[in-house]
Amino acid sequence: MSPGTHPFEVRDCALVAIATGRRAQTLRELRDGLLDVPKESIYYHFWGRLLRPRLDDTEFHNDFAAWIRHCLHDETLSERLAIIDPADFTDLEELRQELLDAIEVRLDETDVQFSRRDRQFHFRRCQTVVFDTGVRIHEPAALATAIPSMSLGSLYYHVIDARWREPVRTDDFRTWLGQFGAGYQPLLDQLAAVDPYFSTLAELREELGATVGAFLRGGGAK
Amino acid sequence: MNSPLLQQYAAVAGADVVRQLQLLAKPLRGMQVVHVNSTRRGGGVAEILEKLIPLMSELGIDARWEVIEGSPEFYECTKLFHNALQGQNVAVGDKLLREYERVNEINAMRLRPDLEQADVVIIHDPQPAAMLRHMPKRKGKWIWRCHIDVSHPHRPVWRYLRPLVADYDASVFSLADFVQHLPHPVYLIPPSIDPLSEKNVELADSEIDAVCERFGIDRSRPLLLQVSRYDRFKDPVGVVEAFRLTRPFVPGLQLVLAGGGAADDPEGEAVLREVHAAANGDPDVHVLLLPADANRVINALQRAADVVLQKSLKEGFGLTVTEALWKSKPVIGGDTGGIRLQVVNHQTGFLVSSPEGAALRLRHLLHAREQRMRMGAMGREHVRQHFLNTRQLREYLTLIVALVGRMTDRIELV
Repeated sequence: MSPGTHPFEVRDCALVAIATGRRAQTLRELRDGLLDVPKESIYYHFWGRLLRPRLDDTEFHNDFAAWIRHCLHDETLSERLAIIDPADFTDLEELRQELLDAIEVRLDETDVQFSRRDRQFHFRRCQTVVFDTGVRIHEPAALATAIPSMSLGSLYYHVIDARWREPVRTDDFRTWLGQFGAGYQPLLDQLAAVDPYFSTLAELREELGATVGAFLRGGGAK
Repeated sequence: MNSPLLQQYAAVAGADVVRQLQLLAKPLRGMQVVHVNSTRRGGGVAEILEKLIPLMSELGIDARWEVIEGSPEFYECTKLFHNALQGQNVAVGDKLLREYERVNEINAMRLRPDLEQADVVIIHDPQPAAMLRHMPKRKGKWIWRCHIDVSHPHRPVWRYLRPLVADYDASVFSLADFVQHLPHPVYLIPPSIDPLSEKNVELADSEIDAVCERFGIDRSRPLLLQVSRYDRFKDPVGVVEAFRLTRPFVPGLQLVLAGGGAADDPEGEAVLREVHAAANGDPDVHVLLLPADANRVINALQRAADVVLQKSLKEGFGLTVTEALWKSKPVIGGDTGGIRLQVVNHQTGFLVSSPEGAALRLRHLLHAREQRMRMGAMGREHVRQHFLNTRQLREYLTLIVALVGRMTDRIELV
């Protein structure tokens, strides 16, 4: 291990969803639900969803935008909500307010829209258990083989959850690589260009592994 | 990983998945977890527990499975509960309710020493739900696992059952759409399939050939399949209609409708007659009535099919869809219930709302071999990641860690 650096501690996590009992069939009901639900529900509908089956809505970064598009068929509002980057907000209450503002504006612009009775929005929250895998990565070169063997829970924790958890709003890989000096800046830039919200976690694992592998095959840090 | 069972699961679900289960189970090692249901064999719950218990044991948990014993009147009562919870307007008389309570009390007395000492007790469905009342000195957490869609229950029956389940520490439902409000955390854990079961295990081509030969199915011609009970909500007549609309464009097309359980089900018999009438003796429509244990036959038929249909008008989760996707088959499914979680338009199959819609997608898919292969591969991966019993076990373990821990939204075991 390089002197003065600390190893990357690979963690893992598992989520289980919980029904809040709140549901919405119209935009107004969605607004009312958003006012009431615990902030952890906002977390779940932005981040926790990434560990769920989601093949067809990778273009939406949150469940609210996806439901408004698929069930209320309001493309305008869906686009406005889909573009919200949750990592831009310092806490979940700010993010809640951003959603509410966008929905209030839309309520002033449109008439009532209903979803089908069997396509209601169910507010959920989740419980997350974080645990240590015991795996430690000491050198950046080892990351190329470590990432492809990580569980999807580890990927979620170090890439998705980190953006909400850490004040620097970045993933854990880049934070850790940052301690190895400017030679790794090109890799940091390449990793920054991987958008975690447009793919499944399995695809993300492949892409990150390939990015680190290509950097190392190209000669690594200069 | 020394356990042969865990190695088998690692081979199909992924080594990372099994490693994750081992880590998650670490704080639960030695803990006594008891599942209680009403039957050791037959039915979805027993099928799940058959594998869940040994898997939990391999992870170091003291997992047990207890089965309650009841009288014919007790089962008559719980069958009525089942139908009423799913929305049927049925009355359950006082005599049957008293029998339900009596059987629960007797079983509670029999199982009390174990259940009161257990760290976690998971009660499956309404049959043993009233036992909680007879456990005043219970030490652990009690969870009610509801496998039924109770979104629109017959109210008088739900009013009777709700107080019995409200006292649990938590409940688990399969989908958010199935939930009734309860005064404790309501967890959402979708069902799953066991990739190592008779119904899903890999089969030799020779076995698939033999099954097809037995039923007069020509493997050189295209084959459609729907596996389901003969029930109007599964729309088997709509499937025959979709087949007829498709066949002019796909010469030689064959259809298999495979189901069972009609013998003791008057409505099933009526639906089966309607299906035979719709098939009208067509030699390329095979209407099969299979016994409940025909798991390998169903497996072989699913593997022989080019496209699998599940054209339900109303559906719970739709595990037959999961099974077909696991066998790399594109699925054309009704736009309802849990089918929506599994059939993703243009990715793992198509969602449809009419026989015409099904026929249109069938014509397209049966002429697009590459797309079928691509969808099939995606469907299998979709199931591997989200609908195998390893995922269900992971969520149970997460729930247990949370429930016996601090019940906060985030639990750090580091």
